Amino acid sequence: MIVAQRKSIPELMEILGSHKKVLVLGCGTCVTVCLAGGEREVSIISSALRIASRLKNLSLEVEELTIERQCDNIFIEKAMEAIDRNNVVLSLGCGAGVQAIAERFNKPVYAGLDTAFIGILEERATWTEKCIACGKCVLHEYGGICPITRCAKHMLNGPCSGSREDRCEVRSDRPCAWQLIYRRLKDIGELDRLKSVKAPKDWNPSIHGGPRVIIREDHRI
Amino acid sequence: MSKENYEPLLIAFCCQYCSYSAADLAGSMRLQYPTNVRIVRTPCTGRLEVEFFMRAFEKGADGILVAGCLEGGCHFIEGNLLARGRVGYTRKFLSESGLEEERIRMINISAAEARPFVEHINDMLATLKRLGPSPLNRIEQPKKQEIRI
Repeated sequence: MIVAQRKSIPELMEILGSHKKVLVLGCGTCVTVCLAGGEREVSIISSALRIASRLKNLSLEVEELTIERQCDNIFIEKAMEAIDRNNVVLSLGCGAGVQAIAERFNKPVYAGLDTAFIGILEERATWTEKCIACGKCVLHEYGGICPITRCAKHMLNGPCSGSREDRCEVRSDRPCAWQLIYRRLKDIGELDRLKSVKAPKDWNPSIHGGPRVIIREDHRI
Repeated sequence: MSKENYEPLLIAFCCQYCSYSAADLAGSMRLQYPTNVRIVRTPCTGRLEVEFFMRAFEKGADGILVAGCLEGGCHFIEGNLLARGRVGYTRKFLSESGLEEERIRMINISAAEARPFVEHINDMLATLKRLGPSPLNRIEQPKKQEIRI
């Protein structure tokens, strides 16, 4: 899922500027799960904005709404009336959600969250990055552990020999991805995969080739 | 309202398994504490969410006391530990919004601790008196604002 975290209230107040009517729009999918932009966070952030605006003698009206997904037309339609009623939308969706709303309405749409990464809930209240969406997955070669995302040096032919006690030398709070890869391949009996030297990665399918588009002709009408 | 003659409005969210019983016991023991405390009974402090606290401040509370079971003694195992984190998170929001974070506090007491309960209430009220009225109460409430809960 996409993991994000909230911007601070002073930052949001600065972003909202002199607008008087704001819709705080939550998203019920990824950002709800990572406790950043769901119905609950919409309620908390709206309260905080109301309090902050009253203390600054600004008459900010805040409406709250959370839709199932901000990146899908079907659900965005449900927010149309609320968006029309307000001068500005503060989206608590990920970057994709903010842009999906902004493209469809002729009024300011601001991001209330900082979208961080694609990751998973590693343990209670801890999310870790697992995928950088490079466009050409190599996970099958590495026992399901991504060396591009999880090795600080993105090494396809590791390890770098800098790890200390199974910890990454760049981020000592994180495990060495190559240690994990070795153990995992050993456990599943695929250590032979490490015998071949991997060619440099083709980064064309990644973001470096510009914004990516996927078209499924078989689903087009 | 001047700071001298102001009586703070304190909302005390009390867990029914401990502090609510402690408050009850305080009554039975005829222990005196100020009347400007509104006790809200909750099934567990783990039921309390950050938005409850924020809305209470929006609606005019000067302070909030969250009273849960002793750590390790929660009827629902970890409800009071969840509440502790939420109170901490609320403090962060309060200070970002411009309110003093001392306006919310969590305490842990057992059902038998009537006297400590009264002491905590008095201590919190003293803190609120020192802080003065919530800045939100010094400003006229907006008329059109829709506030749920």
